[in-house]
Amino acid sequence: MPETMPLPAPTLTAKDFQTDQEVRWCPGCGDYAILAAMQKTLPQLGVPKEHIVVISGIGCSSRFPYYVNTFGMHSIHGRATAIASGLKASRPELSIWIVTGDGDGLSIGGNHTIHLLRRNFDVNVMLFNNQIYGLTKGQYSPTSEANKVTKSTPFGSLDHPFNPLALAMGADASFVARSMDRDPKHLQAMLLRSANHKGASFLEIYQNCNIFNDEAFAVFTDKGSKADTTLFMEQGKPLRYGAEGRNKGIRLDGYKPQVVSLTEGNYNEDDLWVHDEQDFFKAQILTRFFDNPAEEAEQLPRPFGVFYESKRACYEEGLALQIEEAIERRGLGNLDALIQGRETWEIAK
Amino acid sequence: MSKPTQTIEDVVIKFAGDSGDGMQLTGSQFANNTALIGADLSTFPDFPAEIRAPQGTLPGVSGYQLHFSSNRIYTPGDTCDVLVAMNAAALKVNLKALRTGGMIIADTSGFDAKNLRLANYSDGDNPLENGSLQGFELHKIDISKLSREALKDIQMGTKEKDRAKNMFVLGFLYWLYNRDMASTLQFLKEKFGKRPEILEANLHSMQAGYNYGDTVEAFSTRYIVNKAKLAPGRYRSITGNTALAYGLIAAAQKSNLPLFVGTYPITPASDILHELARHKNFNVRTFQAEDEIAGIAATIGAAYGGSLGVTTTSGPGMALKTEAMGLAMMLEIPLVIVDVQRGGPSTGLPTKTEQSDLLQAYYGRNGECPMPVVAAATPCDCFDAAFEAVRIALLHMTPVILLSDGYIANGAEPWRFPASTDLPAIDVHFKKEISESETSFQPYQRDERGVRPWAVPGTKGLEHRIGGLEKEDITGNVSYDPDNHQKMVKIRAEKVALVADDIPLQKLDSGPDQGELLVIGWGSTFGAIKSAVQTLQSAGHSVSHVHLRHLRPFPKNLGSIIRKFKKVIVPELNNGQLVKILRDEFLIDALPYNKIKGVPFNKGELVDAFQKLMEAKA
Ligand code: SF4
Repeated sequence: MPETMPLPAPTLTAKDFQTDQEVRWCPGCGDYAILAAMQKTLPQLGVPKEHIVVISGIGCSSRFPYYVNTFGMHSIHGRATAIASGLKASRPELSIWIVTGDGDGLSIGGNHTIHLLRRNFDVNVMLFNNQIYGLTKGQYSPTSEANKVTKSTPFGSLDHPFNPLALAMGADASFVARSMDRDPKHLQAMLLRSANHKGASFLEIYQNCNIFNDEAFAVFTDKGSKADTTLFMEQGKPLRYGAEGRNKGIRLDGYKPQVVSLTEGNYNEDDLWVHDEQDFFKAQILTRFFDNPAEEAEQLPRPFGVFYESKRACYEEGLALQIEEAIERRGLGNLDALIQGRETWEIAK
Repeated sequence: MSKPTQTIEDVVIKFAGDSGDGMQLTGSQFANNTALIGADLSTFPDFPAEIRAPQGTLPGVSGYQLHFSSNRIYTPGDTCDVLVAMNAAALKVNLKALRTGGMIIADTSGFDAKNLRLANYSDGDNPLENGSLQGFELHKIDISKLSREALKDIQMGTKEKDRAKNMFVLGFLYWLYNRDMASTLQFLKEKFGKRPEILEANLHSMQAGYNYGDTVEAFSTRYIVNKAKLAPGRYRSITGNTALAYGLIAAAQKSNLPLFVGTYPITPASDILHELARHKNFNVRTFQAEDEIAGIAATIGAAYGGSLGVTTTSGPGMALKTEAMGLAMMLEIPLVIVDVQRGGPSTGLPTKTEQSDLLQAYYGRNGECPMPVVAAATPCDCFDAAFEAVRIALLHMTPVILLSDGYIANGAEPWRFPASTDLPAIDVHFKKEISESETSFQPYQRDERGVRPWAVPGTKGLEHRIGGLEKEDITGNVSYDPDNHQKMVKIRAEKVALVADDIPLQKLDSGPDQGELLVIGWGSTFGAIKSAVQTLQSAGHSVSHVHLRHLRPFPKNLGSIIRKFKKVIVPELNNGQLVKILRDEFLIDALPYNKIKGVPFNKGELVDAFQKLMEAKA
């Protein structure tokens, strides 16, 4: 279990991962907290700095690599996942972090995201979800709620939003988790879990864009409402939440999740759904806890934590193995034998 | 009793049939066999875009043209001496290319009422019977029936048996050209080793075709084409795509780098991927990506990590890759983009050849984004061109575009292959540490050729960040400074221009170094231009031929060569692309000669074009 794995003694500190570049996000942007959490997490990996690579696409979040003192590439829109795939396929020993956003990773780069997950490269995807295009100054994104009024949708957006984690499950991701910028402790824990997972880890991070979509996740992050709207999942523990002494829980009625009260006498903790990260089917149900908080009806809480983790072969290992086997079977390639082929003839002088 | 043989110099055979008739296999087997006897050889496979076009129709015709000779030859031939027509459509499509008096070998079973109708012959009008082929030596053979008969003892359905009838044709031609069938025997054994009944059927059918020649009176003579006077050495036969794949592997070996090929299947480039995927024991990683963009993006990732990164594609795929090519250019990492061109624009003519991506290679990216361009001229030249493209990419830290096309990609010719020891080493130096003169690592510090260091992840102390945003000179930090941007655009252009110091001076392929007419070609038109120029030279004309491998930058002496000629003509299989660039670069009145039909030049049409230009008043 990754959680109980002893951590290697950190010899580096967060400071080692800071660069001399002036950080250029808007003051108050959620990206700052994520950067800080990352810089605190990296020393805990026990991986030398030069073996860490941060690759991003385009968007506010994609400036990230400039601020992390490792190897880094700020690439082009949507392609960080594809670039990381090639790097991991050829350099399996590197610790690779992909920084992407809801536009970068789910819109222009959506194709690469699902294929990276399906191939299960052992890399870490951090998807900063702020439900808006920040860098281009405020158009709706593929995760924006329907009817969103933005510069490009003055009469409200018509698109049905993506559910990023359900999409990741659909692409057979081997690690699916969610965290938020405003809970640094949880975020650090999730980053560490991502790093320790062998295979592609998909971590969605709710990130506040205070300029173009301020407080999009306030209902989940504000002290006043958080306890009643969020569900922090822990492996092997019943799904409990609620402001008043965690008075609510989730129970499965057949395959239908149900919010039940633990104080009214009908249900007690033994009736609750016990979280099992290895349960593929239950993880799919959990990713569907996706009620729109703006709607009035009774709501399922929004889950945070690890939804799913499984062991599955990584692409780069399979590739390395094929090469190893080919060399074993046929010997290290002989260029002359290759070039000359099987049928040759001689033209005499 | 064996029949008399006659020695001839030069033969062009066209195998033509329905795309399901196995003509590509028949042709390539005969070509291989021809190579082994040491004749010079040039082939032109020509197949429909559809995998199974409607059977028996004109668009469904698949052809394989094969030219072999005891002289040096450079093209698959303008006209054919022998046409094998497996059905009426095949005859109709190819008859115009058969020379007067040429031989037609027609499978009569492909000329029944249905086939005639599908080939748009009017009712009851069978060309084999109506006297229209009088000017040719017509041999009507019921190949299907004869082949079936030969297989009568084999337990298998008629449909399956009929699949072996192409081997009857092959066997017969082996007889006609006095060949040993061992090479095909071996090939069939390997191909069908696990399916003994199919192997048996193919072998029997081929032998029956051979015996048929021996026994039937209609064929009284067998022909021999002797070895060609090729340069002494060891040869093999090779297609362009295979040679290109080998060139990449060779360059990887010579640079001591693992080869990474990120790509997406596309005609006519996919065979490069297929070939490379087989050679994992050379430390070759092939990655079939989810799309063209991911193909190059993954390759950029691998190149960033220190692999030799190559992406292969054709025109539509290169169009998709352009943004990523710009990134590779900004990152200044080595990368080779192989474009096996085909007819465009858009999906265009996927299985037909064209040279219409040169301007895309030159200019097809946003911003000021020059990169070196190299072109292959013949199938075996694809090896050298690939090696050269890699060399430039690695030594100059730049993406390089390598242009091939469908014609040389699929065509085959004899190749006097090099020994690995004859290939130069490509000296790649990774930056290992900060040198004494530096206080911190400067990723965009250049050497005298404008080349920046290659510092790959995993190298302690060289952690740095790069990206697609404009770089500050030397530090590589993001910079929006106006003067810096202009400076960097100029620096990057200069870096590509400086590659000219590192490539050979241009040589004339033939002809005097000054005079009336200079023909400038590039890419796969080499053979046709060379043959046309030789014809005119033998007739006493002053014509010279320059063929460009390096299209960007041009060899430094190209301008001075051009200025010594009164007239310059630039034949291209496009609407005039190199000619535009030459006019722009050298301010000369170069004239275009264009063919945009999806097929290569004929020697004849070039001879006419050059002659006309020479006769025109200056
Ligand atoms: S626009 Fe929004 S996401 Fe972008 S830096 Fe500013 S606050 Fe952050």
